[in-house]
Amino acid sequence: MHETTSTSVDLKPKDGGLLAQFKNPTALAAACEKVRDAGYKKWDAHSPFPIHGLDPSVGIRPTRLPWLIFGAGITGTSVAILLQWWTNAVNYTFSISGKPFFSLPANIPIAFELTVLFAALTAFFATLGRNGLPRLHHPLFNSERFLRATSDGFFIAISSDDPGYRPDSTRALLEAAGAEAVEHMEDDSQINAKLPRPLTIVLVTAFVLGFIPLGVIARARTNTSPKPRIHVVPDMDSQPMFKAQAAFSGFSGFADQRAMRQPVAGTVAMGDRHLDEHLTQGIVDGAFATTLPSEIPMTRSTLERGRQRFNIYCAPCHGEAGYGDGMVAQRAQALGSPKWVPPTNLHEPRLRSQPFGQMFNTITHGIRNMPAYGHAIPAKDRWAIAAYLGALQLSQNAPLSAVPQEQRAALK
Amino acid sequence: MTSTVYSDKEFDNTGADPTARAPLILGDLDIQGVTDVVAGIPEQPRTSKAWWIAFGISVSLAGMFGLLTAHLIYTGTGVWGNNIPVGWAWPIVNFVFWVGIGHAGTLISAILFLLRQRWRTSINRFAEAMTVFAVICALIFPGIHVGRIWLAYWMFPVPNQMEMWPNFRSPLLWDVFAVGTYGLVSTLFWFFGMIPDLATLRDRATGCIRKAIYGALALGWNGSARHWHRYERTYLILAALATPLVLSVHSVVSFDFAVAVLPGWHTTIFPPYFVAGAIFSGFAMVITLAVPARIIFGLEKLITLRHLENMAKVILTTGSMVGYAYGMEFFIAWYSGNATEGFTFKNRAFGPYAWAYWIMVSCNVIAPQLFWFKKIRSTPWLMLIVCIFVNIGMWFERFVITVTSLSRDFLPSAWGYYSPTLVDIGMLIGSFGIFFTLFLLFLRFVPVVAMAEVKAIMPEAHIHKSSHGEEPAHHA
Repeated sequence: MHETTSTSVDLKPKDGGLLAQFKNPTALAAACEKVRDAGYKKWDAHSPFPIHGLDPSVGIRPTRLPWLIFGAGITGTSVAILLQWWTNAVNYTFSISGKPFFSLPANIPIAFELTVLFAALTAFFATLGRNGLPRLHHPLFNSERFLRATSDGFFIAISSDDPGYRPDSTRALLEAAGAEAVEHMEDDSQINAKLPRPLTIVLVTAFVLGFIPLGVIARARTNTSPKPRIHVVPDMDSQPMFKAQAAFSGFSGFADQRAMRQPVAGTVAMGDRHLDEHLTQGIVDGAFATTLPSEIPMTRSTLERGRQRFNIYCAPCHGEAGYGDGMVAQRAQALGSPKWVPPTNLHEPRLRSQPFGQMFNTITHGIRNMPAYGHAIPAKDRWAIAAYLGALQLSQNAPLSAVPQEQRAALK
Repeated sequence: MTSTVYSDKEFDNTGADPTARAPLILGDLDIQGVTDVVAGIPEQPRTSKAWWIAFGISVSLAGMFGLLTAHLIYTGTGVWGNNIPVGWAWPIVNFVFWVGIGHAGTLISAILFLLRQRWRTSINRFAEAMTVFAVICALIFPGIHVGRIWLAYWMFPVPNQMEMWPNFRSPLLWDVFAVGTYGLVSTLFWFFGMIPDLATLRDRATGCIRKAIYGALALGWNGSARHWHRYERTYLILAALATPLVLSVHSVVSFDFAVAVLPGWHTTIFPPYFVAGAIFSGFAMVITLAVPARIIFGLEKLITLRHLENMAKVILTTGSMVGYAYGMEFFIAWYSGNATEGFTFKNRAFGPYAWAYWIMVSCNVIAPQLFWFKKIRSTPWLMLIVCIFVNIGMWFERFVITVTSLSRDFLPSAWGYYSPTLVDIGMLIGSFGIFFTLFLLFLRFVPVVAMAEVKAIMPEAHIHKSSHGEEPAHHA
């Protein structure tokens, strides 16, 4: 819109052109041909329904919209295939029954739907756009007579913008073409072009306020926060449960005040079925076993296994030779820690006379400061350690007679 | 103007003589008359008492649906009768039922348009509205069936902080795209076809508010020949797009079942069988709605007996296709030699849900065969009764497919029985409330017949090149 200096010019409606009404489609088509042949460019026929065969009379060339819609459809297909390939085969791969991540047959339905969706949306909006709609203000709408154009009226409107437009000669042409009535259209778009002031204020305010949530989101995306994420629906954030040592936890438990049901009497936990007392607890007839269980033969490989396990689990405190001088013990002594309970020297006479079963039991359950290793070392390995320990103790207290004759000289 | 004047009372336009084309519009309606009859409905100064009563009932039921949905969301899906093994129960049955209802609308508006069946113009607006409202009802059910409905957006490929994407090889996701596209495209198609008629209402409006609302909705339509040119081309393309779309939607819905390995579901006949069933149920719903509406709003001259009879013939055809599909399922169950498949179908007909199966067969296979009799397919109230039976039958078809297969699958130790709760029943009834609320609003405020399209098929709408004052006869 042009800003004009004189307001009096502004307030006067312009001549928008001529509007002529015709009796029926046949009369309209005949008149259209005359207007077309007179060389007018900015004019149009108006009817309440599409009149088939009118297009050549008005001089309308076939629209190219179908090509646009076709292009949109192809775009939809490509977008769908790319989306499915990138999301499911590249960015976030789903392995489902070992099927390929990308397989065209499984992607056809969505490719088809998006083809139709893109094409249909384009068809709708491109048609409106090419028709210049929505356009709620038009010189035509100032004519009382034109209200019948959507009911049963047939019209030709020639715009005053047409280079060939002359009020008199154009009127004469329309009348000669068989118009029932010809009238001037008023173009008041200069006057009514501006939005009402309150509406402008509302729109500008809404536009400005619309940036606030965007700003908040942009800030949240670029900053860190010590607070947890906002949960719109708390979902599983709050769960009633028994809390140990809490006076009130929001959970009253079962009728017997317990938080969990007891297992059925006689239930045995997985891996807790100890039928062989000798192998699993080191006990024979209520006393510590003095021999290894029959599953653990006293062989070189058992002792080697025992040595390896001993050096991993026991030596850090007890030392590789078993004198209670492992790395941990040496370090604690160096620090002079007052709370340190020194590890036992495994060569004390008290320990040398211990049965294998008792050693096994100590490794399993721990003693004094020593933790239990039952959960960490399988039973057979614990027996191997016990067997190796027997050999280790013997190695440090063997009588000379136990040494082979030919090596006794080396010890002297 | 027309020289021959037909009255709907004295002229029977349901004749089968192919040499004499029956008129599509009866009575002395000219172009202005069509406008007056159709635009007169939304322009009635006072709303009829019957409309208010029907609207009151529908809104109450829709409100009940809202309350039950709130109860469901607050409490959880346990308020329904769904159990294991029947995890898909009434919500999915209702979803498939409503989607199917919608299909006739698109069929009438798109496929019949492409086939140049001009009789569609009187009923297409009506049927398309039914489509849009039925799809709305349908979309609600899977939406609330997901349980935590505030996470329903996970169904869409939205970038998220978990860096996860939906599984595009799942039929359930195809469903999201198919039904979503269908809902959007049918709404666009409906609105696009309505723009010229909304302009008619705008130009006839007297009140300020009506002028503003219809004016905004008409988007400034002025009936320009250049606009009509593009409009018609686009309408044709939209119809050509909607035609494969409508066939794809119920095929994809059937994939929800057919892609699973469950006996009774895992079958290739499902896509065509579901599409035929959808058209069958949709046309039955159009007749159910059209018979009372044409009387209440005085549209007998536009929606003539011939329209109703044509639809009855479509119901007879698709009903026979559905009956054939039922038979073929049994044949394949036997012919495949698959013991589980064989058991499933014996179980359908004679198991704990035999009552549902036989309701389905009597309503869907036997009832439409009555349309072989001309008396029945040209008497509106008899058609209405048959069509209500078809609607009931088609609901039971989805129930039989969903529930019988799930309740007894491969492992007898996992068998169960499903019974709906009061909430299930209330929500099914409530969904009808939503549908009829929207439909009554449509009848009251929107032109129910596509005026511009009806006018365009009237003889006086054509250009007569060699006019000697002689009017051509009515032709269809």
